[in-house]
Amino acid sequence: MFGAGGGTVSYAEIEEADVILLWGSNAREAHPIFFHHLMKGLDNGARMYSVDPRRTSSSKFADLWLGIDVGTDIALANAIAREIIHAGLANDDFIIRSTRGYEDFAAAVEPYTLDVAAEITGVPATAIREVAHAYATGGKSQILWTLGITEHHNAVDNVLSLCNLALLTGHVGRWGSGLVPLRGQNNVQGGGDMGALPDKLPGFQRIDDDADRTKFEAAYGMGLNPTPGIHLTLMFEAMERSELTAVYVVGENPADSEADVDRARALLSGLDCLVVQDIFLTRTAQLADVVLPASVAWAESDGTVTSSERRVQRVRGAVTPPGEARHDIDIIIDLADRMGVDLGTNEPEALWDELRSLSPLHAGMSYERLEAGGLQWPCPSLDHPGSPFLHGWLWADDLGGRAPAPFSVVEHEGPKEQLTEEFPLRLTTGRSLDSYNTGVQSNGFTSPIRYGEALDINPVDGESLGLSDGERVRVSSPRGSVEMAVRFQFDIPIGLTFTTYHFPDLVDINKLTNDAWDKRSGTSEFKAAAIRIDKIDFPIPMAGS
Amino acid sequence: MTTIESDTHAEGESAVESVTVRINNNDVSVARGATILDACTASGIDTPTICYAENLTPVNVCRVCVVEVTGNRTLVPSCSRLAEAGMEIQTDSDRVRHSRKMVLEFLGSSVDLSQAPEINQYSVRYEADVTRYVDDREVIEEPIRIQDELYIRDYDKCVLCYKCVEACGDDAQHTFAIAVAGRGFDNRVSTEFDVVLPDSACVYCGNCVAVCPTNALQFKSEFDLRRSESWREEEQTVTTTVCSYCGVGCNLELHVQDNEIVKVTSPVDHSVTHGNLCIKGRFGYQYVGN
Repeated sequence: MFGAGGGTVSYAEIEEADVILLWGSNAREAHPIFFHHLMKGLDNGARMYSVDPRRTSSSKFADLWLGIDVGTDIALANAIAREIIHAGLANDDFIIRSTRGYEDFAAAVEPYTLDVAAEITGVPATAIREVAHAYATGGKSQILWTLGITEHHNAVDNVLSLCNLALLTGHVGRWGSGLVPLRGQNNVQGGGDMGALPDKLPGFQRIDDDADRTKFEAAYGMGLNPTPGIHLTLMFEAMERSELTAVYVVGENPADSEADVDRARALLSGLDCLVVQDIFLTRTAQLADVVLPASVAWAESDGTVTSSERRVQRVRGAVTPPGEARHDIDIIIDLADRMGVDLGTNEPEALWDELRSLSPLHAGMSYERLEAGGLQWPCPSLDHPGSPFLHGWLWADDLGGRAPAPFSVVEHEGPKEQLTEEFPLRLTTGRSLDSYNTGVQSNGFTSPIRYGEALDINPVDGESLGLSDGERVRVSSPRGSVEMAVRFQFDIPIGLTFTTYHFPDLVDINKLTNDAWDKRSGTSEFKAAAIRIDKIDFPIPMAGS
Repeated sequence: MTTIESDTHAEGESAVESVTVRINNNDVSVARGATILDACTASGIDTPTICYAENLTPVNVCRVCVVEVTGNRTLVPSCSRLAEAGMEIQTDSDRVRHSRKMVLEFLGSSVDLSQAPEINQYSVRYEADVTRYVDDREVIEEPIRIQDELYIRDYDKCVLCYKCVEACGDDAQHTFAIAVAGRGFDNRVSTEFDVVLPDSACVYCGNCVAVCPTNALQFKSEFDLRRSESWREEEQTVTTTVCSYCGVGCNLELHVQDNEIVKVTSPVDHSVTHGNLCIKGRFGYQYVGN
């Protein structure tokens, strides 16, 4: 947000928050230990509003659950903004001093009356009004979100619509108030911070910025390609055009995790060369020409990872890797060597010190200082204590010499794939507490509370389709079909269905999901496919019969 | 150039008031709100505790941390009584030693403390004679409950310290799967209506197991190794790292024996976890080495 990709607050701050908007996030299951901090906030008297199509286990701790229709978040956010403006609850001083584009924004949200938004979102007008007033008048208010916001074709607009609310009320850049994208993977924050983005160098420096790039060129003694690369989704499009013919996948399983996964598998299979570096023989690795067995980064090698609160922490080797598995660093150095490039040391601390010399955000984070529980970036010097929250400059008299933060005009669009007579039900996907992503890690242990893959459906819908709880059905979207059991759940609104994606070997759910994606973030719309449920007429033959 | 400005937190850091108490005839100052136990620790006095844990609200049931406070009729639990200015405290008087000894003798008479080395050390320190009331321990003799591959429950080892109940409750986890049920000798930690764990509210975070002082709650991995007489704690290494699942950044302590992870805990003093984990962080390591 406003320049750097990172949550603006620390976990400890939610313990002191007054109002919490948990938006498109089931943190109770997806971020359980963060939820401990959130619960402390509730115990200390915070009010929580949960915006989610499902009545999730997180929603059950909220003061109010706003059961929004999938993909209508912008209509809700804009209506909250309009209500805040009309009720005179906007922070005018902050808007004038620290923001720009307010007039256009206010005009753009004007059509989003409470009634219009209630019609679009399915959330009652009184509930929208209550959230608007609570959020604006709270002393410290936070908005937290996860993939319910970002796994949409208009993900960036969704995020911007939430940022608008913080700018409107001044709930950012102060202790306790902020905007919090909860990170879903243990180092997805660190990956971005380290420059694993198509247009970035470490520390959010730009490859196409001459001053930024020159610094790296000087350090490495060679010129760097100034043209930004492309992200995963564009890579698949480039494969389709046969422009991308060789792919090197490190620690990712796109042959299971991509939306419209049949297409992804076909494209990966059609490559001239696919190299996969992984700790498992994933489905992607099975398609590979070469598999490079890697070690477990967090338990078999040294290094750092960065959490949702921008906290850089040490990982340490505790066991030695089995068989031919090697550290990622060693594999990459050897590969570079074969290509005639000497990457130098393989010592994690020396590599980290090199990073510190190039990324001002991390300059003050020596391994020695990271020993005691980690440090939060920015940490520009060895005597800097690290930064619990970001964007305090918004409150400085001269904005620290920066341009004011911009409001963004964003409009409601709804999911790309509309419901039709042929595909009348909405499918949304997400995580459950005891499992993780495509299951390659979490299926390694036996969980007593794992029910496997089932399609959660409201009993009213189930019965109107003539189904019984637990019955195996055929579930189809315009892209494909899978067979799976239905599970009757009262917490799923009528018209909605939900499942996880943790067991692709049992239910290949991403055959159904929509790969419509956001041109800016590259994220596919996993959260909104249109589906149909059909009874299976013939009993499935039992194995061996 | 890309620049990102930093902010350091200043709010709420007002000057902390201190109070001075007298422990064993020595003055010690602690921050207002500190307990007598904190004051004892600050003066280098090692106080025995069983039901107390740094990350839990004290429930005052074990009575082994009691101290004598001048002017108080009864001994007071140091873990929960706040230090007040001018308090005169004795931690090693005959009365304190006698009371601690009795508590340890009662526990030792009725509970299997074979896997509670800390409590056994207290018993040595206070010369507790655990055979004073019965020849051998009179435990309740319940079969060990093994319901899954994650953790076991051995009621013979339970001292009813309530730590597991607290760990499941409103200090952090807010699951409330267990409470103390029954009266008198039937008093025990139980799920609702004693249903099996998967049918209860339990989410298998293992935070109850992590705080158990007697191994009444025990990770199945440890239980299996102990049963085959191959649990060798003295050979184990403990390495702190970060969990491989979601992006919260929980610190894990990997207990490793023979190049295999045999137990996972989290540091109590870590700002993210305060010693707690979820099912994935606690049990999701099993793919390592496979």
